[in-house]
Amino acid sequence: MYNETEIIKDTTNLGPEGELVVNMGPQHPATHGVLHLVVTLNGETIKKIEPHLGYIHRSIEKMCESLTYRQFIYVTSRMDYLSSHINNTACALLVEKGMQIEVPERAKVVRTILNELTRIASHELWIGAMAMDLGAFTPFFYAFREREMITDIMEDTCGARLTMNYIVPGGLMYDIHPDFQTKVKAFIQQFKEKVTEYEDLVTGNIIFQSRTKGVGVLTTEDAISYGCTGPVARASGVRCDMRKIAPYDAYDRVEFEEIIETAGDSFARYIVRVKEMNQSIRIIEQLIDNIPEGEFVGKTKNVLKLAKGEFYQRVETARGELGVYIVSEGATTPYRIKFRSPGFSNLSVLNHIAKGSKIGDLMATMGTLDLVIPDIDR
Amino acid sequence: MLSLESITKTTQDWLLAKFDPTIALAIECVIVIVLCITLFAILGLVLVLLERKVAARIQIRLGPNRVGPGGIFQTAADTLKLIMKEGLTPDSADKFLFNLAPFVVMMVAMLLLAPIAFARNFQIWDINIGVLYISSISSLSVIGILMAGWASNNKYSLLGAMRSGAQIVSYELSAGFAVLTIVVLTGSLQISDIVAAQENGWWLFKGHIPVIIAFVLYIIAVTAETNRAPFDLAEAESELTAGFHTEYSGMKFALFFLAEYINIFIVCAIGATLFLGGWMPLHIGHWESFNHIMDYIPSSIWFMGKTFFLIFVIMWFRWTFPRLRVDQLLNLEWKYLLPISLFNLLLVTVIAIMGWHF
Repeated sequence: MYNETEIIKDTTNLGPEGELVVNMGPQHPATHGVLHLVVTLNGETIKKIEPHLGYIHRSIEKMCESLTYRQFIYVTSRMDYLSSHINNTACALLVEKGMQIEVPERAKVVRTILNELTRIASHELWIGAMAMDLGAFTPFFYAFREREMITDIMEDTCGARLTMNYIVPGGLMYDIHPDFQTKVKAFIQQFKEKVTEYEDLVTGNIIFQSRTKGVGVLTTEDAISYGCTGPVARASGVRCDMRKIAPYDAYDRVEFEEIIETAGDSFARYIVRVKEMNQSIRIIEQLIDNIPEGEFVGKTKNVLKLAKGEFYQRVETARGELGVYIVSEGATTPYRIKFRSPGFSNLSVLNHIAKGSKIGDLMATMGTLDLVIPDIDR
Repeated sequence: MLSLESITKTTQDWLLAKFDPTIALAIECVIVIVLCITLFAILGLVLVLLERKVAARIQIRLGPNRVGPGGIFQTAADTLKLIMKEGLTPDSADKFLFNLAPFVVMMVAMLLLAPIAFARNFQIWDINIGVLYISSISSLSVIGILMAGWASNNKYSLLGAMRSGAQIVSYELSAGFAVLTIVVLTGSLQISDIVAAQENGWWLFKGHIPVIIAFVLYIIAVTAETNRAPFDLAEAESELTAGFHTEYSGMKFALFFLAEYINIFIVCAIGATLFLGGWMPLHIGHWESFNHIMDYIPSSIWFMGKTFFLIFVIMWFRWTFPRLRVDQLLNLEWKYLLPISLFNLLLVTVIAIMGWHF
């Protein structure tokens, strides 16, 4: 695959007539990070897209092999930095499952609330960034107004705004801040008032609709065969919400809908995410007044050791299904660890659905896939 | 009252009394050039600051507020920075065309300033084919953009320039037809005649619905012609990084930037002249006292007020709408705007012949 796009020394023969190879990225305003797309164009029409990865590869999986089961969780915050709580939860759940650690109810509920807040924050950032890809600057600021409240809540709770590292095997690192409930309620109220502004500014906009409807259509079969998960697959009509299929923490006791759209185009992906934010609010509303009293962390041994064997845990991040797979030899560190990240599979579909469309469509498609590059590269 | 008209008249009388007519004309030319360049510089500073403040207002933030009171010196500081920066010329660029392009774009903007009536009897050149002159000169700016895109030897620049070419050539038609409706109603191409025809009411109010349609078409078409969002495909920073001026830096970039804002000013000034009566105060039928009060406001303030209102509308577009796709952009022009403007022109012609307008 890489042979096809070597650095061309001889510029006399540049391939078929009318073809133009453009390097989008690693430094490009629309790739949101260091994604490198080698795009073959015929005029404005895209003939082929080749994603080149590796610009932000930090060998997180290898690093985790030399870290203990308490330590490796902190590295995972740096994978998909927009849903670091959820990454941490996945790892904590896996260690808890492997060692049969009892997690207190309080910790479970708080984890669920934080996970949903993270999901909203991630979708907020996505709305802003995607609108910017389509050339509208203003929604970014409106989205960040609400996102800021979430990051403030996170700062109160964990002391960090992006890489939280708050969830540990057995529960939480600290108890929640005394103001946690009031702040979350204030956020819910503001969100409900202001979310209509996005609808006015973005959803109903005729230019936005014409830019996204029928663009980057992903069929149900393709979504399954490419391994797409999360909002991308749900917009194509695939039921794949891990919170429904394999509930963890407090998801089995809350009511919420799995949003399914069938169109599979960029607009459907947009609608799925906007509706998902409302479902997240619904989950938080059910839990925020019912945080049980008690311990915030269960009893664990000082040194964690997983039994010999293989362990797998999957959770639903803001981007889709995150799987953590650990092979243990019974030591204090994992023998082998593998993350199944949602972004990688979702990126792989890009060439398939954007081929034959215009450059502008590529931005709409790529924007609605919601790629976070450190999640893809790890 | 000290008006711009009396200043120009006194200056000319004094010059003619002191020198013979040829030298007086030469001196007047120099004065006009200096004034034009000063106007450009001031407009650039004001419009960039205005845009940033409008954007900030729409985007629930404050905008520049550090340099000077309320940030009014921010653009001056930015300009200083741009002047001090190195103007890079890429190695593989066509050096001559690359360095020429910003000046072509700038010169076109300057030429367009000539027939604009800023106030009562305050006009550089009241040419008898004023509207035709404006339409023909404004289409020249595409040459500068194509030149920049081609000479940069950059794929993004080339794509941006090609988009810009297709876009300006198409939207020129709609803008032209919208302008023609007013020419049909006035029966003259001269700017001063067009303004004089609106003494008892602006064309927007006098000309029934067809003129309102023409006005809307004009605003859409000139937004596209000046490469402003939602039609900023030539720059499209999320797709083409910065489009045709990707490779430009320092003052050469600043010239493109300045030309963009001057072009906005000019198209809005023309829009104000054609549809909103130029420097004519707002007159309503037989409300004599109201009309008298309106006459007390200087004509230059009327002109600037209308122009800046239109500029605000165009800025408002930019910060509200997403960008169109290139094929949608051309569809909009060739499938919708052009047929509408052709039919609209026919309607206006019927109105003008039958004398149905007020």
